[in-house]
Amino acid sequence: MKALIDYTLHLADNTLILAQRNAEWCGHGPVLEQDIAITNITLDLVGQSRSFYQYAALLLNNGSTEDSLAYLRTEREYKNCLLMELPRGDWAQTILRQFFNSAYQYYLYQYLQQYNDRQLSAIAEKSIKEVSYHLRWSSEWVIRLGDGTEESNERMVQALQTLWPYTGEMFIPAPYETELGIDLAALQVSWQLKIKAVLEEATLDVPEKIFMQQGGKTGIHSEHLGFLLTDLQYMQRTYPGCEW
Amino acid sequence: MKNTFLQKFYYGDIPEEKGAASQHTSTPDTTQWPLWEVFIRSKNGLDHKHAGSLHAADAPMAIENARDVYTRRMEGVSIWVVESKYITASNPEEAGELYEPAMDKIYRHPTFYQLPDEVNHM
Repeated sequence: MKALIDYTLHLADNTLILAQRNAEWCGHGPVLEQDIAITNITLDLVGQSRSFYQYAALLLNNGSTEDSLAYLRTEREYKNCLLMELPRGDWAQTILRQFFNSAYQYYLYQYLQQYNDRQLSAIAEKSIKEVSYHLRWSSEWVIRLGDGTEESNERMVQALQTLWPYTGEMFIPAPYETELGIDLAALQVSWQLKIKAVLEEATLDVPEKIFMQQGGKTGIHSEHLGFLLTDLQYMQRTYPGCEW
Repeated sequence: MKNTFLQKFYYGDIPEEKGAASQHTSTPDTTQWPLWEVFIRSKNGLDHKHAGSLHAADAPMAIENARDVYTRRMEGVSIWVVESKYITASNPEEAGELYEPAMDKIYRHPTFYQLPDEVNHM
């Protein structure tokens, strides 16, 4: 049971933290249409995180709610991958991270649909359509920027260098994933094929095997998460129980 | 001789040199994406209706932008986009000769016939 709760929280935190980062673009997108596009994706991610938090609260059965799990835990209790908490960077970095995550979610949710936990497979089934759209949208932007102007290509190369060392963690099993038998090795093969195909079309070099950062899944975070949580939790910390 | 009925009149605030007819001779504006008109079909069987316009670099991006901007609240099941410069519009200054002649020809409306009771939905 502990493993299932931890894993559900990991899925919830992944989506919430990335949503919080993407939401920083709200009102600041490069053009109005893309401002709305990234915000739509953000709302989809918040929706997914709510489903996962509600399920985790149900499993915990200790008075926790989706809100207390999202807003009132401390940094070390969050189980998101480091990739999600990194600063949003420029548009290239935001796009590339969204692409890495959408490709991961796309194969993970397909896998979870067959997984022998009815609630997780139901959430995965509900989310797979929007994730397919996120993948399509972010893939096209990676190709557009990578195979675009000199400057857009340069920014994608830079984003790839920044983010690549954080992609390995998605496939390094945390203890709870091992215990639940989540087949991350199979997911990694599909993910790498997809990434390779899109990066090649974007005229970007697929990075070499390098040392991969990890820790987020078990609560060991970068310095960025604390600042993000300060923002995210401000209202509930300042006005406990505040509603609208 | 100038044919006033076939003169291009562009929709919206598009400068004339951006129109389709002269697209290959004009210098492309590198700071703005082209404007697209969006048509949404709200459900199968109905017509596509003009929903608004947006900027996009090409057709696939225009479709996706339209999806994100105009169908967030389940407004549609199908999207058409067309670059605004390809729309030819009638000239508002010619409204008199184009539309007013129809105003006093009420006999063009089928309202002067006695319909049998059995005919419904006319």
